[in-house]
Amino acid sequence: MLHVNNFHVNVEDTEILRGLDLTVNAGEVHAIMGPNGSGKSTLAQALAGHDAYEVTDGTATFLDNDLTEMPPEERARLGLFLAFQYPVEIPGISNAYFLQSSLNEVRKSHGLDELDALEFQELLAQKMELVNVPMHFADRNVNEGFSGGEKKRNEILQMAVMEPKLAILDETDSGLDIDALRIVSEGINNLRDPERAFVLVTHYQRLLDYVKPDFVHVLYQGRIVKSGGPELALELEEKGYDWIREMNPA
Amino acid sequence: MSSHEIMDSEYTGSRVEQSNQKAAEMANTEYKHGWTTDIDSDTFAPGLNEDVIRALSAKKEEPEWMLEWRLKAYKQWLTMEEPHWLNGDYPKVDYQDVSYYSAPSKKAKYESMDEVPPELLETFEKLGIPLDERKQLAGVAVDAVFDSVSVATTHQDILGKQGIIFCSFSEAVQNHPDLVKQYLSTVVPTNDNFYAALNSAVFTDGSFAFIPKGVKCPMDLSTYFRINQAQTGQFERTLIIAEEGASVNYLEGCTAPQRDENQLHAAVVEIVALDNATVNYSTVQNWYAGDEEGVGGIYNFVTKRGKCQGVNSRISWTQVETGSAITWKYPSCLLIGDNSVGEFYSVAVSNKRQLADTGTKMIHIGKNTKSTVISKTISAGRGQNSYRGLIQVMPKAAHSRSYTQCDSLLIGDQCGAHTFPTIEVKNTTSNVEHEASTSKISEDQLFYCQQRGMSTDDAVSTIINGYCKEVFDHLPMEFAVEASNLLGITLEGSVG
Repeated sequence: MLHVNNFHVNVEDTEILRGLDLTVNAGEVHAIMGPNGSGKSTLAQALAGHDAYEVTDGTATFLDNDLTEMPPEERARLGLFLAFQYPVEIPGISNAYFLQSSLNEVRKSHGLDELDALEFQELLAQKMELVNVPMHFADRNVNEGFSGGEKKRNEILQMAVMEPKLAILDETDSGLDIDALRIVSEGINNLRDPERAFVLVTHYQRLLDYVKPDFVHVLYQGRIVKSGGPELALELEEKGYDWIREMNPA
Repeated sequence: MSSHEIMDSEYTGSRVEQSNQKAAEMANTEYKHGWTTDIDSDTFAPGLNEDVIRALSAKKEEPEWMLEWRLKAYKQWLTMEEPHWLNGDYPKVDYQDVSYYSAPSKKAKYESMDEVPPELLETFEKLGIPLDERKQLAGVAVDAVFDSVSVATTHQDILGKQGIIFCSFSEAVQNHPDLVKQYLSTVVPTNDNFYAALNSAVFTDGSFAFIPKGVKCPMDLSTYFRINQAQTGQFERTLIIAEEGASVNYLEGCTAPQRDENQLHAAVVEIVALDNATVNYSTVQNWYAGDEEGVGGIYNFVTKRGKCQGVNSRISWTQVETGSAITWKYPSCLLIGDNSVGEFYSVAVSNKRQLADTGTKMIHIGKNTKSTVISKTISAGRGQNSYRGLIQVMPKAAHSRSYTQCDSLLIGDQCGAHTFPTIEVKNTTSNVEHEASTSKISEDQLFYCQQRGMSTDDAVSTIINGYCKEVFDHLPMEFAVEASNLLGITLEGSVG
């Protein structure tokens, strides 16, 4: 589904990703771990198409489409979803309206009929139940006045509505207390599907106690330096990132 | 050429003409009301003097007092100078180069819908305002004004049963002279300002609404202004009177063809609210704005003022200003009655080379009076937006309150937003607040919307709509939808 080869990405002329390789197939859950500054968020943003992230070398394809020159909305319409580390506020626009417009843009691009307000309301209610968010989320403005935890839960709700093929979650667990982490994790687990893949970008192992990954990758200095199964996350937790640093002297 | 011949020529019309028209349409797809109506018109030669005013008054078969009133205003106008506080420049308007009267066909007014030429009915239908009895919009009565005359006013019968008068200004002068005489220029004196004086001298038509004591108007009243003829000015005058305990929602829409020269629109709107009366006045202004280089477009120099004369009366202005090359407009409230309330909710957009200089004046005269001002400006392209406001609390306006919020949003780095607030408080028991903010659409907001599947234009329009929500919430539903679509169209492509 996602093939990333020798991926090089610059931010403001500084090279952050330096030849990253990653392959993700449908139904798989991949965790990308690594110390601060290793390039985890850069990978997430670059795959989603933020124009501050310049791809200087390598390739990235998603469902056989070249991502490198594709505008972000087209990636979204193909089914690539990014749950933001810092979700943005959009004052004056209700979550329900925002999600209805977004979903309809995607539906339109696939030649499907747009959902009217009533049909969408029904869908939204189902999804809210699925990922366990309270009804008032629908009428509140997008992320405006939301607590940190609420913003992350709102990202999960959006993911549920958009039904992506590939969901990249950028540090969705950061800033969550233990209860919120459990709810968010349940939300993710409820969305697991043989047709859907997840890339969980995370700093800590604790999310992986709740959402069990198939693969764990360690990102360091812009490259994946170690890959393994869930046990790698536990080993990292035990030995700390210094272990990785020692193995990969600068 | 008679209108009949024109219709024939449309059928056999030359291909060149058609393809020219097509090309023009394609060159400027964003302004969809830029077409013209081919209709034989009775248009005065450009120029202004006493004889023109006499001729105009005669054309409209006005009584002597109306002519005298016009001539007095004209003499005042001659002694006045064009105001120049506008935050921007424009070539001097040659008032002798404007035609002050233009009416479709030789008839100055239509006795019934049957007399209205089909081209006119088609024109308004194309604008989404069917006047034909069978197709009229339910729930809203419309006075349709084409160039200098009112074409038709719908739903008059239903309104008449409750004693509501809603008709063209010309009809009011003929049929309700006492009401006109009683209220005309009691809110905006003829010598109030240069353009108000000019309007008083040469105004051609407009709308008149009278809601009698205790009546809540059962439907929204609406005036639709269409400029068609080249080189004409449009000078309409609206007078709305809400008697004790009456209430009404009034809507105003306007469009004009796309032309290379600037056209002048100088209207006057007066509102009187007696004890416990409420008037909500909403405008969606979409005059032709001129092109990318600032060629053409309407000069929209308008005086709008409401007088909260009675206790507990309320006048609320809501405006969405997207069109015009230059807008110069300050819908205001005189809060005379104790506990009266004045409100101003405004969205003003300036794109391309547009200049919008708009705001309000809230004059607190009675006790416990209250005013709320919410101004949202959006500047894009090389547009310049200015908020200009005056909050004045007089010595006797004890315990009055006023709240102003001025927000400016900038798109791109060649536009500008400016605020010129003036606050004068002349007693010690009143409370006046003013808040202001300036922001840009952030890259992060755009990317967030795009990541959810929206195009750049849709993302911009979504963010702008959220920004304008506080104002749109005060518009009637169908107007809010139109306003929101219009913003999308106006700002299309403004973020590259």
